Amino acid sequence: MDWPAFALSLKLAAWTATILVPIGIVLGRVLAWRHFKGKSLIEALLALPLVLPPTVLGFYLLVAMGGNSAIGRLYQSLLGDSLVFTFSGLVVASVVFNLPFAIQPMQRGFEAIPDDIRDAAACCGLSRWRIFTRIELPLAWPGILSGVVLTFAHTLGEFGVVLMVGGSIPDETKTIAIAIYDRVQAFDSAAAGLMSAALLVFSFMSIAFVYLLSNRGNRRHA
Amino acid sequence: MPDLAGAGLRVALRQPGPIPLNAEFTCGRGELLVLVGPSGSGKTTLLRSIAGLYRPRKGAITCNGATWFDTRQKIDLAPQRRSIGFVFQSYGLFPHLSALENVKTTLGHVAGARRDGRARELLALVHLEGLEARRPAELSGGQQQRTALARALARDPTVLLLDEPFSAVDQVTRKKLQRELAQLRRQLDMPIVLVTHDLNEARMLADRICILHQGDTLQTGSPEEVMARPVSPLVARLVDLPNVFEGKIVEHRPYAQLTLISWVGYALEVRYQPEFLPGASVNWVIPAEYVLVHRRDRPSRGERENPVAGIIAEYVPLGEHTSVTFWVRGEQDHAISMMVPTHVARRNGLGQGEHIKVSLLAEGIHLMPGVGKSDPLAANWGVELLTAARM
Repeated sequence: MDWPAFALSLKLAAWTATILVPIGIVLGRVLAWRHFKGKSLIEALLALPLVLPPTVLGFYLLVAMGGNSAIGRLYQSLLGDSLVFTFSGLVVASVVFNLPFAIQPMQRGFEAIPDDIRDAAACCGLSRWRIFTRIELPLAWPGILSGVVLTFAHTLGEFGVVLMVGGSIPDETKTIAIAIYDRVQAFDSAAAGLMSAALLVFSFMSIAFVYLLSNRGNRRHA
Repeated sequence: MPDLAGAGLRVALRQPGPIPLNAEFTCGRGELLVLVGPSGSGKTTLLRSIAGLYRPRKGAITCNGATWFDTRQKIDLAPQRRSIGFVFQSYGLFPHLSALENVKTTLGHVAGARRDGRARELLALVHLEGLEARRPAELSGGQQQRTALARALARDPTVLLLDEPFSAVDQVTRKKLQRELAQLRRQLDMPIVLVTHDLNEARMLADRICILHQGDTLQTGSPEEVMARPVSPLVARLVDLPNVFEGKIVEHRPYAQLTLISWVGYALEVRYQPEFLPGASVNWVIPAEYVLVHRRDRPSRGERENPVAGIIAEYVPLGEHTSVTFWVRGEQDHAISMMVPTHVARRNGLGQGEHIKVSLLAEGIHLMPGVGKSDPLAANWGVELLTAARM
């Protein structure tokens, strides 16, 4: 078992999920209730990581964040470090390819709140912020938590994008998924098997948790 | 001195679309105004406009002299800044909060320590003692409606708005809730605007009703007035008065307080209505309760009043009452409909194809401006009348 790789994966997943919570809530909420021109286009763009081969996404991220790109140069001049083949770059890439996993469940969570309830909250004199914290967040909570769990589990398992953007630098960009690939290449089936089993159990538990949550949510307000 | 001119709610809203509005009404303190109209008539939109949840193109809404909405002055207060209590059709209760917390959430203007007590008082007012801790899903439809009412009152609103508040409960509960509202409103001194498509509900609860059609407030008045004296055949149809006909003014007899009209060869005496010139085409309407069936066994006094004969075209027993439609002089275009107690119908041998004689009581015949159309029951007559009325 490659513990440093496992720890790195957990760290990456935690950072990704933390960054995506506010992004997912804001975008999910806007997409749930606002109608504007080009909404379908934006939704399609945000869902793209679901269907794009990870290598394709990884390739574009590599180009976009590389030393020759505007983003890469800006990052370099601000923090004196490169975005590609570093942990920071991995976090950025991870946030991008997890956008649909975070936003979509959160969007569904907000969509499930009936218009009448939000109207009633305004008619009860609650300020917009109070409506958000006291009514919307508690009601959209199962969706938000689903987004977090899915993002977390998906980050642990991501392989293609990580390999393209981060390579396989121990303690910096070598995540558990890459470590498994490494072990298989080295004919170390025992280690690969152990790590695969660990990932399998963890992923299953996460997904089961998401389903449990959504079923409970449905029952509670039925 | 309170400013009486500005007291209560004043609403005047206009827009051509997407939801047409041409509405004007007032509702005084302690008054219950019912907006009645078929679905799609703009009732809910009007209510949402008052609450600030919908923004019409033009118009103004003031309450007790304070302007909530005015397109000329570019004023449009958010719902939070309008002092309203709103009971939604589906109640809009917060599903994750108990009944007590639903009410407490609305008590933002009350000092923290007093909120719990006040919320319990309000729930007691709507007979929900003991159910404070329950969540909406654990309450029956009627209890949910009461919670919504308590929550609407929690803000100490200057206007109470009720959107079809009885539509989501069974009939027994509905009657009970209607009685409760009729009782509760005596303790309330704010204007109350209730929206319904149910005429009986409107008659039962309203101080005044306002008839709405395609966003247009056609007539506002006491239920008795609107039901007996509609201003147009369209209003007559909307308040379910089927007996609308065309006639001509013959003459006025001020000394007898009667007006004489001609109708398919009959000369009918009607209530004195001198505002119509002799010779003018008019529409006239008679509510079913003013159509008196003549008894076969022995004639009675009322029979000399506007006797009319016909053949029964439709005879439908509906429990205690029977719906009878007969063609005057056997002509389909002159069909009079009424409800007759079933035992009366039986005793008089009424039935499909039978001859019938009735009296049309003069005091019940109400005249409306005519539009000179040969067939008032043509499909689009209402729309044309509406246009004519506006000109």
